Amino acid sequence: MPSVRVLVGTRKGAFIFHSDEERKRWDIQGPLFGGWEIYHMKGSPLNPNRIYASQSGGWFGQVVQRSDDGGETWEAVSNEFLYDEGPKEHKYYDGSSKPWKFVRVWHFEPSIHDPETVYAGVEDAAIFVSRDGGKSWKELAALRNFGTGQEWAPGAGGLCLHTILQDPRNPDRLFVAISSVGAFRTDDGGRTWKTITKGLHSDYLPDPDAEGGHCVHNMALHPSRPDVLFMQKHWDVMRTDNAGDLWYEISNNLPTDFGFPIAVHAHEPDTIYVVPITSDALHYPPEGKLRVYRSRNGGQHWEALGNGLPQENCYVNVLRDAMAVDQLESCGIYFGTTGGHVFVSPDGGDTWQAIAENLPSVLSVEVQTLP
Amino acid sequence: MKIRIELPFHLRNLAQTGREVEVEVAAPVSLERVLDALEERYPVLRGNIRNHHDKKRRELVRFFACEEDISNDDPSLELPAAVQAGKEPLIILGAIAGG
Repeated sequence: MPSVRVLVGTRKGAFIFHSDEERKRWDIQGPLFGGWEIYHMKGSPLNPNRIYASQSGGWFGQVVQRSDDGGETWEAVSNEFLYDEGPKEHKYYDGSSKPWKFVRVWHFEPSIHDPETVYAGVEDAAIFVSRDGGKSWKELAALRNFGTGQEWAPGAGGLCLHTILQDPRNPDRLFVAISSVGAFRTDDGGRTWKTITKGLHSDYLPDPDAEGGHCVHNMALHPSRPDVLFMQKHWDVMRTDNAGDLWYEISNNLPTDFGFPIAVHAHEPDTIYVVPITSDALHYPPEGKLRVYRSRNGGQHWEALGNGLPQENCYVNVLRDAMAVDQLESCGIYFGTTGGHVFVSPDGGDTWQAIAENLPSVLSVEVQTLP
Repeated sequence: MKIRIELPFHLRNLAQTGREVEVEVAAPVSLERVLDALEERYPVLRGNIRNHHDKKRRELVRFFACEEDISNDDPSLELPAAVQAGKEPLIILGAIAGG
């Protein structure tokens, strides 16, 4: 009987939730790595018992944890992220230039093509790859090198590379996104990169249609249709049908198109989910009602989903890596909040239940569907 | 010489050890040689006390010895005699930060 394992990273440790196909009763494991920030945990699609966790903190820096038994035991692997050749400095808030400095791993993306390969998106923004299960890391430095790296500047959350998407048809194609910088694509395994921001419009830029500076919050794709990407930007929900060559807006009837995560249904490539947040000044849901919005037609029309979610006095946020979907026949949708809730909908968003309510602030949620 | 090192909560959890550990260091016993020996014995601590590349102390890590803060001292200088003799530990701690 299939089951699910939910990997939750929080400001004060990691938690792992287990349930069966019904997704009604949950076993909770944790806190793991108590007291540390767990920005992200993700399992390998090719070897689900292999899970990576980004453990970090302001005092003692980065630890990369790896489990080979589904999260029962963990081993620290390499935390040495050395920048390769490339720009020595990037822009800072005050217009000065600062040296590139590794801060933390924001996101792990285990390869869908090779079980020993895993990508890491880090702050200060760069992408690293390990081909030995995290024992060593090498930067795909052409991303910072190909033209604009020295002009990148951090947003409020830092200069972070937070999204890495893979193309199931082509191991050499990757998409990445960086806050306050934009989105990029490689078609040759990281040797060269292309900026993919045409069609993005950001009124907070001096030139709203500029190639760089767009604050991309998250991107998602369905593996059956990897040329179609969906994006939640600082403002605007966007879509491209040609792998990022041109984007167009699909915010349509959303109550606000500010938000952080975006996800695609496991079996319906045109069914997508966002969590609208009031504004960049008010990082909580409109009207104090926590609602996920679902579009079943690729963004032409959106419907509010709040059955089972707090509908009054709710002023939490949902961060960019804190929403995920499972692969069960009735697709489950999961998200965590900065208020320490983790919610699941076992029916594609129609109804919701809390599987945890008092965790530390949730940074990330990932789901593994196990046979 | 056996050097005693007191570790803060998070580092002793990482190293899966107790509050205090001992490492063997040949004279001259300096802070950098003690940290080299500590990282050799507990590789999981590499990068969490000092940077990998330049061996600089992480900003919020402090080193105390014999009731003195030696965090900003030249790490190649010899540690106090009481630490070298094993009478006092080298204390590694996370700085008070926050409110």
